[in-house]
Formats: sequence, structure tokens, C-alpha cells
Amino acid sequence: MISIVRTYLTRLLPQLIALATIVAAVSIVFPGFLNLEIQNGRLYGSLIDILNRGAPVVLLAIGMTVVIATKGIDLSVGAVMAICGAVAASLITSGHSLGVTLLATLAVGVLCGVWNGILVAVLDIQPIIATLVLMVAGRGIAQLITEGAILTFNDAGLIFIGSGSFAGLPMPVVIWLLFGVLVALVVRRSALGMLIEAVGVNREASSLSGVLTPVLLIAAYVLSGLCAAIAGIIAAADIKGADANNAGLWLELDAILAVVVGGTSLLGGRFSIAASVLGAIIIQAINTGILLSGFPPEFNLIIKAAIIVFILVLQSPRFRTAFTFLSIPRAAGKPTEREAK
Amino acid sequence: MQTSDNILSASRIEKGFPGTRALDKVDFHLRRGEVHALLGENGAGKSTLIKCLTGAYRRDGGSILLDGAEVDPRDTFDAQRLGIGTVYQEVNLLPNLTVAENLFLGRQPRRFGMIDTKAMNRRARELLAEYELELDVTRDLASYSVAIQQVVAIARAVDLSGKVLILDEPTASLDAHEVAMLFRIVRRLKARGLGIVFITHFLEQVYEIADRITVLRNGQVVGTRDTAELTRRDLIAMMIGRELAAEIQSARPDAVEGEPRYSFRNYGRRGHVAPFDLDVRAGEVVGMAGLLGSGRTETAEILFGAHRADSGTAEIDGRPVNLSSPRAAIRRKFGFCPEDRKTAGIVGDLSVRENIVLALQARRGWTRPISRAEQNRLADHYIRALDIRTADREKPIKLLSGGNQQKAILARWLATEPELLILDEPTRGIDVGAHAEIVRLIETLREKGMSLIVISSELEELVAYSTRIVVLRDRAHVAELSGDRITAHQIVEAIAAANERGAS
Repeated sequence: MISIVRTYLTRLLPQLIALATIVAAVSIVFPGFLNLEIQNGRLYGSLIDILNRGAPVVLLAIGMTVVIATKGIDLSVGAVMAICGAVAASLITSGHSLGVTLLATLAVGVLCGVWNGILVAVLDIQPIIATLVLMVAGRGIAQLITEGAILTFNDAGLIFIGSGSFAGLPMPVVIWLLFGVLVALVVRRSALGMLIEAVGVNREASSLSGVLTPVLLIAAYVLSGLCAAIAGIIAAADIKGADANNAGLWLELDAILAVVVGGTSLLGGRFSIAASVLGAIIIQAINTGILLSGFPPEFNLIIKAAIIVFILVLQSPRFRTAFTFLSIPRAAGKPTEREAK
Repeated sequence: MQTSDNILSASRIEKGFPGTRALDKVDFHLRRGEVHALLGENGAGKSTLIKCLTGAYRRDGGSILLDGAEVDPRDTFDAQRLGIGTVYQEVNLLPNLTVAENLFLGRQPRRFGMIDTKAMNRRARELLAEYELELDVTRDLASYSVAIQQVVAIARAVDLSGKVLILDEPTASLDAHEVAMLFRIVRRLKARGLGIVFITHFLEQVYEIADRITVLRNGQVVGTRDTAELTRRDLIAMMIGRELAAEIQSARPDAVEGEPRYSFRNYGRRGHVAPFDLDVRAGEVVGMAGLLGSGRTETAEILFGAHRADSGTAEIDGRPVNLSSPRAAIRRKFGFCPEDRKTAGIVGDLSVRENIVLALQARRGWTRPISRAEQNRLADHYIRALDIRTADREKPIKLLSGGNQQKAILARWLATEPELLILDEPTRGIDVGAHAEIVRLIETLREKGMSLIVISSELEELVAYSTRIVVLRDRAHVAELSGDRITAHQIVEAIAAANERGAS
């Protein structure tokens, strides 16, 4: 058990170091950064704000991690967010119940995932091209649904998802925490995780070993679509309206970045959902931190880029070898007798 | 020997890779004005030798004399400059540039520092005229056929180098007419005094164009002969069997009696392998022999459902079965170790443990995971049973040597407790120790009553463990040997007989 915890910590160490460094740096520049207070049974403070603001990217990163593990990529998630936000807004304004609205919206996300999955797994189109189709078309579809306007709504239930709170935490945080734990459990407690990694590393060898590769690939894109649907609902509920032009705009790039910062290789294979979630939080911490530190906004993107380069260096194989070499010399691996002969 | 006649003389070339000895003191002498065929099965060392000659690899030992002077090409550019040009099967030119640009890339005629397109096109036309080729040199290379692209590549290589021309499988994707055109050009270059090395798998073409033949096997030269004095039969024996005199007769398993468990009738797939009949009994090893490209791998892939059969029926114990996918075959307790271990066998980044449990897990489905304890038990069991040399079961499989990777793939299938195991070249590219262990394993599995189909280019090996041998040629099953007829000699006879029939 302890060894499992240690493996996890070693895997997440670069991300944890990066996050701690950023939080420490911001709290020096902006002393109120670490303050937390409870008002009306709900936690407030910059840290909670980061978790809350980061919700859409965290959710997208969960799905993106699994897709990237299969050696794919899903560029359409931002557009799917816009579609799902529009669907939710139009259903709720046309008088459907909250339950029907949510179920239908999630179903639309799943459908988008099935579409991407079929293009990739059955028609064998390169994932970057296959999902580019929906990335471009998706915003058009969302605009058709909202008829070009920002579709606002007043349904208290739907708004609660964006700005309500549960057990002291904002609803978006509760949702991504629960969903993230659920996905991680399903993937790791079943054999899905290993099969996904096998397909990502070597699709042909996996097929020849009897792995149902097309179904797994489609499932990965479906999960990504589902994540985008939840993110889309949260984003729409947050602003009490569906903005087809701006909802989820460029978030696919943040999600990919979160996965990369989380240390999952774009070449597929080994993945960690926890690390990607941390990656998304790191990105949001940088965003919020730069704003709070009072730097001129022009510097934001450049500072963000510099910090990300630093994190990527931290987890590069070369740096890691040097690092393990310094700290635990025997981890370099003593050849066993069998190997030595 | 008239060494003065040799334009290229490579002596005692050595090259090793981790775990294998790719070239072992190879001598290769190329005369001025000759076409010299370099033959051998996959992995024999042909391409390694070529890469050492052209500087793509640095040799570990030996010397290369070009025109009597010792040379040591550092890279392919260096070799080109010295006079050794190479044309590969897949043309390595730039399809999106014009014919003229391809011919003069990197050495375009200049005027006032600018590329003189007019002069370049004129010189390109002159150059191609020597090959009786009239092309619009301003058109993109991609607009011409592969054969024309080959000729352009040859023209560039000869113009650049001009002493030695190496043709690496130039005819693989050409039709008969195009081959004839290419050979006309090769003869012309030969008359100009170039030394030409010709690598191919087509024996007919060797007899048509080559003056001499050098055969490599397992990184060593088997011999160099004049084409006119070498029969096809002897050539095939040189390529795949050890010398016929050294034929071994070990305790071969007795023929198995009884009803076949697996029976395939008129089974085949267009463009892959012609319809064949095949029976396999329990406790039987059916060997598949034939030259490269004879349809052995295609047969295995169809049997396993990796490619769907488009004719015929398959029966297990008399009941018809559908083997339309690897999953369907695995459900019938089939297992398949593919020929290309790296691209179709191992899942490189995953651990030895995960690679071993993969097929079993895939068969159980994702909802019924094999517990970690059970995975560890399975992995440890097979690591011990097959003597897989690895630091521990969590090591990524790509870090293991070829032989140990092969054993891990075998373990993956053994873990599914298969009843029919199809092995495609299970001993290729692995060291001698692992080789012997895998051969022993095949014998043990047969004794336990498993049915096996084994493809191998090592005739002695096939002879040692097969109860029957199917001989393939030109994507068809042409002969079946059993009982006393299972000898390396008979296999070579069967391949050659078919070969001569086909050639006449």
C-alpha cells in the first residue's frame, strides 16, 4: 500500500512542485492569496476561486487525457462546449424540465463523441483532422441553435450548477471532483486503463492480441464529448446564457496543455488523470495569479508561457535522470544477477 | 585473383549491434563493368553491408578499397562524392520538385548567384538523353511513374558518383515492361564500366541480368559464384539451407494419426494467398517453408483472421467456424506470434507483466480485470518458465533483447491456454541461446498435445520439429512433405521444382 502511494507521489511530484512554487510566489506578491473565509456556509478565497474558474478546463482535461492516451487528440471539445451550452439554454427556455434538459445535453455531448470516434476508429482518419471538422462546424451548429444571439435563461436549477454550492464548495468544483474520481476509478479498477494504454502504444499489436480497438477508441472520444458537455453546462450556467461565439473558445488548447503539463505523452500510452487535473489547476493558478499580482495584462501570456516551459523542463526525461541520479543513486537500477550473466 | 579488376573491394567487414552480429568478416568484391547480385533472406545482412559501404553505418572493422585506394565514407554524401551512388526501392527524391531540380538538387548551375533554370533544364535533358528518356524536365517528378522516377534517381546517382551504383530492390514495384526498360539501362551502364550491385528477391531477374552472385546468410558470406555456373537449386540451398551435405537428421517426431482437429478447405484470400487445403491434428507441428514473399505470412494471417478469408471453409472438430477477426480466432483458442515483433507483437512502453496478460485480459473483457496479484503470478510464472531475462516484471518490454521479447509474446499466448498456436518466424533475429530454448518450447508444447503451425526460414529447424511441412511458392501451397520426405534437401527440391516450372 505504501509503495503504491509512493509510486503515485513520484508520478505527481513535478506537478505538485510546480503548483506549490506558483502558489508560494503569488502569495508573496499578493499576501491575501492564501486567505480562506466562510460566508453563508460557503468557502471563499483566491484558492477556491482557482478551483472554481478552472472547472471547464479540468473537465475537458479528464476526457482529453484518455483520448491522448490512445494516441489521439480531440480539438473539438471547445466547440462541443458551445453546442451543449446552446442546447441546454434553448431546451430550458422552451420550457423543458431541468432533468430532461441535462440528460438531453449530455446525450448531445455523447453524440459528438460518437461522431469523432467513428471518424477516427472506423474511417481511420487522423485524429487531428477528424476532430478539426467538428471544431470548425461545431460553432456553426451552436450559432444555429442560438440563432446568432446570446440565449439567456433564468431557471434557478440550471443557474445553481454554475454558481450554487454544496458542502461548502462551489458546485463546479463539486462536479469535477466527483466526476474525476468516478472516471479515474472506472478506468483503473477495470481493465480499461491498461487496454487504452496498449492501444495507444501499439494499435496493431493490441488488435492482434484480441483487444477491441475500434470500440475502445470510440469510447475515449465519447468520454471526451461527455466531459465537454458537462463543461458546457457549467460555462452556460455561470453566465446564465449560451454564447455560441465565445463559450469554450480556445479551451481545447488549454485542455491539451493541461494534459501535457500533467506529463502524459502526446505519443499515447501511459496516462494519469490525476496529473492532468493538477495540470489544469496549475494553468488556472497561473492565470489567476498573474491577474492578482497586478502585472500589466500585456505580460500575462508571456509569463504563462515561461512558467509552462519551466514545468516542461522539470518533467523532461533528461532533467528527471539527472534529478534521480542526484537524490537516489540506487534508483538507477542495479543489474540483477540474471541480467549480469 | 585479378584485384586490379575490382572497382570496389570490401574485406573482412564487421558490424555488430547490441545482441547480434550483423556482419561477420564479410568479403565482397565488385568488378568493373559487372552486375553483381547480392542475395539472402531478410536479416541476412544485405542492407547492413550496403549501409556500411555507403557510410550510412560506420563499420566496426575491415577495409574498403575503391579503385585501389582505401576509403572510409563518413556518411552517404561522402560516399556519393567518392563515387558510390545508391538507389533505393522507395525512390528517395522529392516528388514535388521538377525532374530537373531533382537531378541537380544541391548543385544547380548558377548565374550571377541565381539558379540558372534554363541551363539546368538543358543539362537535365542532355543527361536523360543518355538513358534514351525524353521527359518534360520542368514537370514535377510525381507526375511520372515509379519506373521513370527510378531512372531519374539512377541518372542522378550515376552523374554524382559514377563508379559504383547500388540498386536496392529497384524492381519491387515495377511491371515486366518497366523491368525490361530498367535492365536496358543497367546493361548500358555496365558497358560504360560501372560496377553495379543489384539486390532483389526475384531470382529470375538475377539470372537475367547478374554476372555474379554473392549470397549472405546470418551475417556471413555463403559464397560468390558466376551466375552461369550456379543452378537455381544450388542458389536456393545457399540462401536458405545450410549446405545439403550438412543436413541433420535428428529424432524427428513421428507422424500423428487420427482425425484432424482443424481443417481448412479451399481457404484463401485474393491477392494474399491462393485457396489451399490444410489439416492440423492435435499434437502436430505443421511447418511452412518457402522463400520470402511466397505467401507464408499471408497464410498465417488468414488462419488467424487478421485478414478475412474470401473463399473456403474452416472447421474445428468437424464443426464449421467463422474466423473473421483475431477476436473470433482467439475465442476458438488460437494464438498468433507475428513475424514483425516490433510493430505487431510487443507493446513497447508497457511492462513485461502487462504484455504477458494482454491477450488474456482482452479475451476476458474490460469489465473483468485480472487482479494485480493474479497478473504478478502469471508474469512471474512465465518469466521463470520461459527464462525471460528481465530485471523485474515491471520493466518496459522494449528494453528487453529480441529473444526475450519473443519469449514474452509467447508467454502472452500461453497465458490464454491456446489449442492452436501459429508462430511466424519465432526464431528470427534472436541470439543462439534463446533460439534453442524456443525450439525446445515448440517440442514441449507439441508433446503436451497442442497443435502448432510454424513458419521459419531456417530449414534445419523446421525439419527438426515438424511432423509435416507445407511448401509455398508464389503465394500458393505447392507441396506437402511428411514422414521420411521431411528433409532440408526435399524442401529445397520442392521449392526449386516449382521455381523451374514457374520460370519456364
